[in-house]
Amino acid sequence: MINPGDLEMTRRGLLMGTAATVALTAGAFPMPAEAVVGAAAPQSVPQPDLAPVTSAVSFTVNGTSHDLTLDTRTTLLDALREHVHLTGPKKGCDHGQCGACTVLVDGRRINSCLSLAVMHQGDSITTIEGLGNPKSMHPMQAAFVKHDGYQCGYCTPGQICSAVAVLKEIEAGIPSHVSADLTARPQFTADELRERMSGNICRCGAYSNIVDAITEVAGRQA
Amino acid sequence: MRPFTYERAGSPAEAAAAAARNPGAKFIAGGTNLLDLMKLEIETPAHLIDVNGLSLDRMEATPDGGLRIGALVRNTDLAADERVRRDYGLLSRALLAGASGQLRNKATTAGNLLQRTRCPYFYDTAQPCNKRQPGSGCAAIGGFSRQLAVIGGSESCIATHPSDMAVAMLALDATVETVRPDGATRAIPIADFHRLPGDTPHIETSLEPGELITAVTLPQPLGGTHIYRKVRDRASYAFALVAVGAVVQPDGSGRVALGGVAHKPWRVAEADAELPKGARAVTTRLLAGAAPTPENAFKLPLVERTLGSVLAEAKG
Ligand SMILES: Cc1cc2nc3c(=O)[nH]c(=O)nc-3n(C[C@H](O)[C@H](O)[C@H](O)COP(=O)(O)OP(=O)(O)OC[C@H]3O[C@@H](n4cnc5c(N)ncnc54)[C@H](O)[C@@H]3O)c2cc1C
Ligand code: SF4
Ligand code: FES
Ligand code: FES
Repeated sequence: MINPGDLEMTRRGLLMGTAATVALTAGAFPMPAEAVVGAAAPQSVPQPDLAPVTSAVSFTVNGTSHDLTLDTRTTLLDALREHVHLTGPKKGCDHGQCGACTVLVDGRRINSCLSLAVMHQGDSITTIEGLGNPKSMHPMQAAFVKHDGYQCGYCTPGQICSAVAVLKEIEAGIPSHVSADLTARPQFTADELRERMSGNICRCGAYSNIVDAITEVAGRQA
Repeated sequence: MRPFTYERAGSPAEAAAAAARNPGAKFIAGGTNLLDLMKLEIETPAHLIDVNGLSLDRMEATPDGGLRIGALVRNTDLAADERVRRDYGLLSRALLAGASGQLRNKATTAGNLLQRTRCPYFYDTAQPCNKRQPGSGCAAIGGFSRQLAVIGGSESCIATHPSDMAVAMLALDATVETVRPDGATRAIPIADFHRLPGDTPHIETSLEPGELITAVTLPQPLGGTHIYRKVRDRASYAFALVAVGAVVQPDGSGRVALGGVAHKPWRVAEADAELPKGARAVTTRLLAGAAPTPENAFKLPLVERTLGSVLAEAKG
């Protein structure tokens, strides 16, 4: 049973779920009446067929400011890839389930596929391209290379952005599901890293090397 | 995704009034549930009201020793707040058991309470679903129901509420504060906030159209041992099959709420009273009248065993 809303996904499920999503959004299918949470008569709400609406938004990406006029439906991920032309952030699932689209917004990691670009007015966004480049790598990028923290590389930009934020989160004392004591300082253990990185799926299964890479950078920082 | 117009609201009253002006409008906070559903055209708002500019992202002590949590406080910040970790550990634990670090950084207190079901047929627009399309039927009844409700369901819908945070809020007797489009405010006890499906499963809460959540308030700390135990198909980043949230006092009294079993977080006052007698007595009361499907009947013994393990841990 495959359904795009179900998180209990196998690798195969992830692929098929993505395909099903594409089919759903591209094809014609009966339009459901809107179910308005808390509203008494959802079907009475008229659904005008709106033409695409555009809106202006300005934000900074990797230190450069961008003024864009976008269809309001544009996600931050699509704005970065299609309008700012940074293809580091990847589209895996487009539904918050894989982490390939992870970027840093004002230093915090988010799934850029589940955020509207117009909601980022004035924000400062960092993508993998902003962390470093082949000539001058961020320590986390260098550690991923050294430890072979990838195979196909598709999940890697998201993994690295996430990893950079994870170390800051531990440093800031944010607890996790596996922290034994909620009131104690969280530690840079492999268990902590695995739990905190669980929002980044790797179809190639490079997980153990990813943990090695992050552990090395954490050790250097600690 | 259907086209929509977009506005940023400047104050809670303005946001509620904007909703009243635009029938079919939706508030958007973190967007992590709403956008997901808009991409699948399960939600099709013609207008979005961005509430992120409202200053509802603060937490403050209440005069009676409780804690008032702004509707826009992010799940990460709520879980990490020093007072929450110390006095309302159940809430931190429940939040940290949900979603991923990236999602918790965006997800808000109000959005989390209002996230919609993960019933597979709700997501599949080719299937009948009374919640998505009232009157179309329910594909889950007689279908793939492993994750769905074992109690409180109806002939119209057997979906579960997916939130972990809401289970903790229910056990902690939280209150949901709102403002209505006419500017009137009210406080809704969390136990009256989420609804059972009945024959209107598309109506999920007691909120009125255009009503904005401004805060969720917790009463004074309870003390005791706080435990949230989530049972799922993998160790992280998965929704609950069954979740048990409990606050247990040294004398064995306390309170317990369940996730993953019903259309709303589940708590029964008489079951709380049975806590000193142990997991079997509590579960019997909590799940009296349960009507599981053959596929999800496993949840009944799973609740009892999970609660048993929680009570053993609480004893230390
Ligand atoms: C892959 C994935 C895994 C997940 N796993 C879990 C999990 O394990 N456990 C769990 O509990 N959750 C899980 N979630 C769900 C997540 O917790 C919710 O998506 C999130 O809490 C919603 O908050 P938001 O602020 O993003 O809401 P939004 O998407 O912005 O809004 C959700 C709803 O709330 C309404 N709303 C928002 N703010 C207000 C307000 N102030 N007043 C009135 N209405 C408002 C919106 O109109 C909308 O209808 C998961 C989500 C994803 C995508
Ligand atoms: S259980 Fe509820 S949400 Fe699922 S298909 Fe039936 S009506 Fe829809
Ligand atoms: S693309 Fe998969 S989480 Fe965003
Ligand atoms: S390296 Fe291929 S998906 Fe992770």
